[in-house]
Amino acid sequence: MTKTVTDVICPFCGTLCDDLEVVVSDDGKKLLEVYNACVIGTEKFLHSQSADRVTRPRMHQEDGSWKEVSYDEAVEYTAQMLAKAKKPLMYGWSSTNCEAQSVGNEIAEISRACCDNTAAVCHGTTLIAVQDIGLPTCTLGEVKNRADRVIFWGCNPAHAHPRHMSRYSIFPRGFFTGKGQMSRKLIVVDPRTTDTAKMADVHLQVEQGRDYELLDALRVALKGEWLPDEVAGIPAEKIREAADVLKSGRFGIIFFGMGVTQSISKNHNIDAAIALTKDLNEYTKYSIMPMRGHYNVTGSGEVFAWQFGFPYAVDLSRGFARYNPGDTSSIDLLTRGEIDAMFTIGSDPGAHFPISAVKPIANVPSVCIDPHLTPTSGVSKLHVPVAFNGVECGGNCYRMDNVPIDCRKVVEPPEGMLTDEQFLIKVRDRLKQLKGAA
Amino acid sequence: MTKNITINLISGRTIQQGVAIEGGKEKANYRTAAGIIELDPTDLKRLGVWKNTNVRVTSPYGNVIVKAIETTQGPHPGVAFIPMGPWANSIVDPNTYSTGMPTFKGTPVTLEVTPNEPIMLGIQLVQKQCGVKSE
Amino acid sequence: MSEYLIKNGHVFDPVQGIKGDKKDIAIKDGKIVDKVGSGAKVIDASGKTVMAGAVEIHAHIAGPKVNLGRIYRPEDKLFSCTPTHGMERMGGGASIPTTFKTGYEYAKMGYTTAMEAAMPPLFARHVHEEIRDTPIIDEGAFPVFGNNWFVLEYLKNQEVENTAAYIAWMLRVTKGYAVKVVNPGGTEAWAWGLNCLSVNDPVPYFDITPAEIVKGLIEANEYLGLPHSMHIHPNNLGNPGCYETTLDTLKLAEGYKAKNTFGREQVMHLTHSQFHSYKGTNWGDFESGAKEITDYVNKNKNITIDTGNVTLDETTTMTADGPFEHHLTGLNHLKWANCDVELETAAGVVPYIYSPNISVCAIQWAIGLEIPLMMKDPMRCYITTDHPNAGPFTRYPRVIKWLMSKKARDTQVNAFKHKDKVLSQTSIGELDREISLYELAQMTRAGPAKSLGLTAICGGLKPGMDADVAVYNFNPDKPVANPDDIETAFSRCAAVFKSGVQVVSNGEIVGTGNKRTLWVNVKVNDNPQVMRDINEKFVKYYSMTQNNYEALGHHFVPNPFALEVDATQA
Repeated sequence: MTKTVTDVICPFCGTLCDDLEVVVSDDGKKLLEVYNACVIGTEKFLHSQSADRVTRPRMHQEDGSWKEVSYDEAVEYTAQMLAKAKKPLMYGWSSTNCEAQSVGNEIAEISRACCDNTAAVCHGTTLIAVQDIGLPTCTLGEVKNRADRVIFWGCNPAHAHPRHMSRYSIFPRGFFTGKGQMSRKLIVVDPRTTDTAKMADVHLQVEQGRDYELLDALRVALKGEWLPDEVAGIPAEKIREAADVLKSGRFGIIFFGMGVTQSISKNHNIDAAIALTKDLNEYTKYSIMPMRGHYNVTGSGEVFAWQFGFPYAVDLSRGFARYNPGDTSSIDLLTRGEIDAMFTIGSDPGAHFPISAVKPIANVPSVCIDPHLTPTSGVSKLHVPVAFNGVECGGNCYRMDNVPIDCRKVVEPPEGMLTDEQFLIKVRDRLKQLKGAA
Repeated sequence: MTKNITINLISGRTIQQGVAIEGGKEKANYRTAAGIIELDPTDLKRLGVWKNTNVRVTSPYGNVIVKAIETTQGPHPGVAFIPMGPWANSIVDPNTYSTGMPTFKGTPVTLEVTPNEPIMLGIQLVQKQCGVKSE
Repeated sequence: MSEYLIKNGHVFDPVQGIKGDKKDIAIKDGKIVDKVGSGAKVIDASGKTVMAGAVEIHAHIAGPKVNLGRIYRPEDKLFSCTPTHGMERMGGGASIPTTFKTGYEYAKMGYTTAMEAAMPPLFARHVHEEIRDTPIIDEGAFPVFGNNWFVLEYLKNQEVENTAAYIAWMLRVTKGYAVKVVNPGGTEAWAWGLNCLSVNDPVPYFDITPAEIVKGLIEANEYLGLPHSMHIHPNNLGNPGCYETTLDTLKLAEGYKAKNTFGREQVMHLTHSQFHSYKGTNWGDFESGAKEITDYVNKNKNITIDTGNVTLDETTTMTADGPFEHHLTGLNHLKWANCDVELETAAGVVPYIYSPNISVCAIQWAIGLEIPLMMKDPMRCYITTDHPNAGPFTRYPRVIKWLMSKKARDTQVNAFKHKDKVLSQTSIGELDREISLYELAQMTRAGPAKSLGLTAICGGLKPGMDADVAVYNFNPDKPVANPDDIETAFSRCAAVFKSGVQVVSNGEIVGTGNKRTLWVNVKVNDNPQVMRDINEKFVKYYSMTQNNYEALGHHFVPNPFALEVDATQA
């Protein structure tokens, strides 16, 4: 016989679907099937119990092999590393829960670390823009119930947030959007004809890296002013048509992603997109929302902000919180050689940082806390596997629209395996002893 | 006839890459999903290469061997796409220009046909570049 | 637990009618007691003022819009960071302090209980996480109801009992404390970019007026007999001439009597009344409506108010009055953040600089002081800054100085660039009243506690009440040499006790205690209709499942304190 756990939250992306159903064996130990998740979420759940999983911490040896150590030894190495370092970096946090993030913050404060999350390579530039110009936004249910104009700018939800369109943005029949997809016009802006663009009513195939100009041109078009014949590869009439589509809606939403946060104008792109949203509010109602990548990067930003005052790139090395992206941000700290110890959790900088920022990690004492084998664990001195948050332990997470949802525990972790929070508590307590603050 | 061409490289998510990372980055599936470069048919022709051939991608910041495949999300002539991951990150522009964010999208790169060069597995690729011995 | 004896202080306790007598206050096992043994630790309060811990009835200190303010204003931390030291975690933020700093700063000023003024129910988990991370002070949070789809539909059909059942459900699943109403109807209209600026403007689609919403929620609140009354931020906030909308709103309370077992006597609490007391037709002829508002409230005893004092600082405005914030950014062109919340509410955030050189700001400052000076019953008028909207809560000592010293007010008036306009458009120049320490205790302790239905627990020093005690370095027997001494004395307590644990000594944190989250648990008769309506809206319209909405595990509210209400006989 089997049991079905309902209302399960998927711990992959910022869509944070909370309608999954997971079928487990009667004794609650084996995960058998997953319903309602996209293919990525399904893989996460089903793969979590694979036979080749690493279940104990291990130290990297000179010859490339790994030697298993106990959790206590792993705690000792980690605490010693943080206690001795002058400027450790505690990076990641995006694939774990807020309770663990909070303990991590205590550790960072005691060890005077720099702490940062995956916004560093994702929506960090969005945060900079928001700090310059603000953010008119809404929750995803408002999109579901009201939106008749949906723009995907520089993002590809068909691949990166697979159930976003069916749960929130295109297909749902909401309170004021009873015709579902037919209630909405979809505009996609992308240099490629992505699978998302293929569904659009209008695809603006912008020249890669020239989104800033196109955003600006749309603002001009809204005001009915002069435009050159072509901007960023888009003919002026197409721009004016798009502006009319935007203006004629009664509730619009701009979703945006890496196409604008990571291309050359970075935070200025987002600033322009938010400015466009503000302008649209002079005619009708518009909101804008970043498509957050990891399922709890938003949570990490929230916890950093209410405890330290800043959402990422936080430098505690002087005993109080400082923030200056470009200076206190992870890639810059690493490439300038300022970090003398690396603590990675809930993320994979080894795979997702440019290689020049990964090389410094290999040269310093380092710990990687991750249930998986990753490029980060591959270059770290200590690899500590932990329970999968959202599968083997619960904990609060924040969706891309900042809505908090408490993840559920579906099955037990492997025998003797700790959760992030449990490991971090041990590290914190040992660190307090070492620093004489117990 | 093979020649080098230059092209504009971007990087990002694909659903196959997402499945592969949850299945384990040490596995071959990760290389299949992310050790690739998606090219528009006109650029495959410009390079003079059959699809599914290995190519070397070189930028001012490094070089990497990946498999050139025909794009499924085109047309996008002049734009090449390597899914996010260590292959892309061997060559993307790491400069943040004081924003904290590397330039993952918009790195000019050179492509050269290298049909016999092997594509490394993900973890080994990073270890090798960092001077760390693989298992 | 420990025993303490706070000896020989000048005690001001409106609950027992003590007006400065020298008395000893005895603490044992977390409560005020009649006496303690000889082993008790003695705190010498000779020459000092002793009051119950203060009660903050309305501040924005925990939740999504507060944190949005922190995230989007890194500059708020520029000169206000405090390092880790002693028992204190590091902190930062002048107008929006981080949660640790919030707890420490309130405690150091002698505050022991605070109410988060507006909780969007969908975000309850976030509010509670921040409350949990705010040390020392007990807190509660008010879920917002005035733009909630269930409430709009039920009250359109005049279904008060169903509204009451929904409120009871909501308070339970969000661990909320009271019925908060912000810009009734107008914030739902704002989801379409519109607003309701009078009590008779119908809400788009839902076709109900703010007046109907307010009256319906008063009736539902009294049907249930909740500890606090309906707590309202009326329509048309901040616009010249808005005092008329405020009077229209206040009049909706006529004829209603408070029904509850908690000692509450009001049916409506008007919050940050300063922002709602404006006469004139534009910013040029802008003048004070404080007299009209206080005349009405003085006569109508089933209403309580709090002030919303402007402190003349750079601060951050944040409110569930979304359309107001959009309007404000149109005035000052500072960065604007907004979030519309499905089925429930919205929030807006805009920085604001209350410059003493701007006549409007100076008049606002004056109105904020006129109101408490013209209110006859200090038990019905409480000091707030609507933190951080009119100013940071850390300015309470300055507000107290202005209220207790005409000289201090005159000094400020004389420093205004447009002094003449302040004097002509308000009556601040003619008001001589200086509030006494006893009145201060009424306005910051006994009064708000009573309004909140917490009279049995806090706000006073009667044996049996929680041992929340504040000792100030202020000697009532000595004449005040310099009004700034008042501000200094009320900024940093000599000692503060929270639930019988000493948390402050000589202005420093010496303990963090075991703060509680106050909430209201209402028992109602089963209401299958409402449960079905809730279920249906989750399936069709919410973006979260009902089970996940209702999940508020122990890790969010580690130390809950429920006020129990039995509304089954209503």
